[in-house]
Amino acid sequence: MSLAPMQLVLSDEETAMLAGEHGEAVAMCMRIIVGVAKANGAEKLIEIESAHADGTLYHGEAGLDFTEKLVALGGKVKVKTTTNVGSLDLLHPTLVHGDEITMAHGRRLMDAHIALGCEPTWSCAPYQAGHRPAFGSHVAWAESNAIAFVNSVLGARSDRYGDFLDLSAAVTGRVPFGGLHHDAARKAVLVLDFSNIDSKMFSEDAAWAALGVLLGNKAGTRVAAMVGLPGDLADGGVTEDRLKGMGATSASAGGVGLFHVVGITPEAPTLAAIVAPNAEHVVMTAQDVREARDQLSTTTSDKLDAISLGTPHFSVDEFRAVAEAIGDGPKFAKQIDFYISTSRDVLARSKDLGYLDVFTNAGGRVLTDTCTYVTPVLNQNVKNVMTNSGKWAWYAPGNLGIDVVLGSLTECVASARAGRVVRDESLWS
Amino acid sequence: MVLTVSKVLIGKTSHPGVAEGEVLVLTEPVSFWGGVNHHGEIIDVHHAQHKAKMTNKILVMPSGRGSSSATAVLAELIRTGDGPLGIVMLQCDTILVIGALVSAEIYGISMPIVELAQAEYDQLTDGMNVAIAADSQSQVATVTL
Repeated sequence: MSLAPMQLVLSDEETAMLAGEHGEAVAMCMRIIVGVAKANGAEKLIEIESAHADGTLYHGEAGLDFTEKLVALGGKVKVKTTTNVGSLDLLHPTLVHGDEITMAHGRRLMDAHIALGCEPTWSCAPYQAGHRPAFGSHVAWAESNAIAFVNSVLGARSDRYGDFLDLSAAVTGRVPFGGLHHDAARKAVLVLDFSNIDSKMFSEDAAWAALGVLLGNKAGTRVAAMVGLPGDLADGGVTEDRLKGMGATSASAGGVGLFHVVGITPEAPTLAAIVAPNAEHVVMTAQDVREARDQLSTTTSDKLDAISLGTPHFSVDEFRAVAEAIGDGPKFAKQIDFYISTSRDVLARSKDLGYLDVFTNAGGRVLTDTCTYVTPVLNQNVKNVMTNSGKWAWYAPGNLGIDVVLGSLTECVASARAGRVVRDESLWS
Repeated sequence: MVLTVSKVLIGKTSHPGVAEGEVLVLTEPVSFWGGVNHHGEIIDVHHAQHKAKMTNKILVMPSGRGSSSATAVLAELIRTGDGPLGIVMLQCDTILVIGALVSAEIYGISMPIVELAQAEYDQLTDGMNVAIAADSQSQVATVTL
């Protein structure tokens, strides 16, 4: 920390924006951007190519007051802006049974984003619903999993933005030149070495959730490089979805905005390409992964009421994997509520490809536009829930007051059929 | 005659404002979204200070954690008066600064956020009373013990 404040220099256009010459909405957003730039010691602002707005989920009146104020002041987004999940499933309105005020205000909040010119994506995985920024481009994304993904897996550049700054950036087309927009800040100061672990352990999705906990715990908000992990981003989506799940979990357990997986993610063809001088080097063991996994289960009971997949939102490839796991086997046990959360874009494509019908015919239900751990979707009697999502497992016990068991996608399907938790311990040896 | 000598810690303004109150030290960061409820209580079951209440306290924690929706949760806590009076951190968290900026824009409530270096930060202990003054122009902030 330096006590001498860096002098922020604005361009003539930015100065005009701040002075209200582009309207009061732009001026308010510029005050917020400049406030953050000063806090972070940024020297200048930079232009962005796109934004992902996270303020679509209703958390109380503050978010609604801010967004409706922008609308009232005539605000419009300047760049392509997708929307994160909302508090309602607009396609399946009966699935969410929230209180009246949350539903009404949640709807107003979603409407206000549309009025600002945002696209109605309603997804925490916009990167799998048609919004994939180019390598090296500067963007302003909010929603912690999307930030980790856009930085790490796509190699675009976003700092860890949140509600309000995302819209402020979209309306001004600017962000402070700071944090992960800088080359130097993208270097790994921590190296997690998995080379000594049999790669068989990483053959199921649940292991990547456990890796996310390890990454979040070890890295906090630091940039880490992981070495010794298997995968290939050109393998038809398997590795991409694993990194999606790992990144989401690491952003929940820690504050990870960027990670590198050497040999897999685009900025890290080699460790030398992305490692900072004097980086800390930590050798990980199979026991570390098992202990991280255990942090994602709150019970050892085999009782099961529901299964929830799709946090972050399910991809078309994950729907294919579920359809393959179901095959022409038996339906899910009647007492099990099996939900998958996804975007309306992925829903439509998975339906066209026939994967969706396999899942719904087996007894599953699909939720769009929102997610099962941020809105009241699960039946009130539900106490024990299984998931393959580390992020869901991290937050749901606190949010929903339920017990959670982490399992792989195949274990979730087997458990849904059995009506109780079925886990294959041999995966973790 | 006994003179009360107060000690002044100098840091950097992350968000301007003034506040005075009792310190709550968190030994690890908390995510406001999913980790703190609308009454200002820590509900993250993984957190070392699970069930602690930050309402009307000076919250002291090393850095930020977790969901970027923390901005909205913090703004809402400030709006309803269930939030902290000020925040002191080792490493400024942009997410929390945004929540404070928006509360100042919409509600005119300016909650200070101060960044301190380790040696100063370590002098803050649970239960002590402190006064914060975080200046906007100079970006110099003081924490008076």
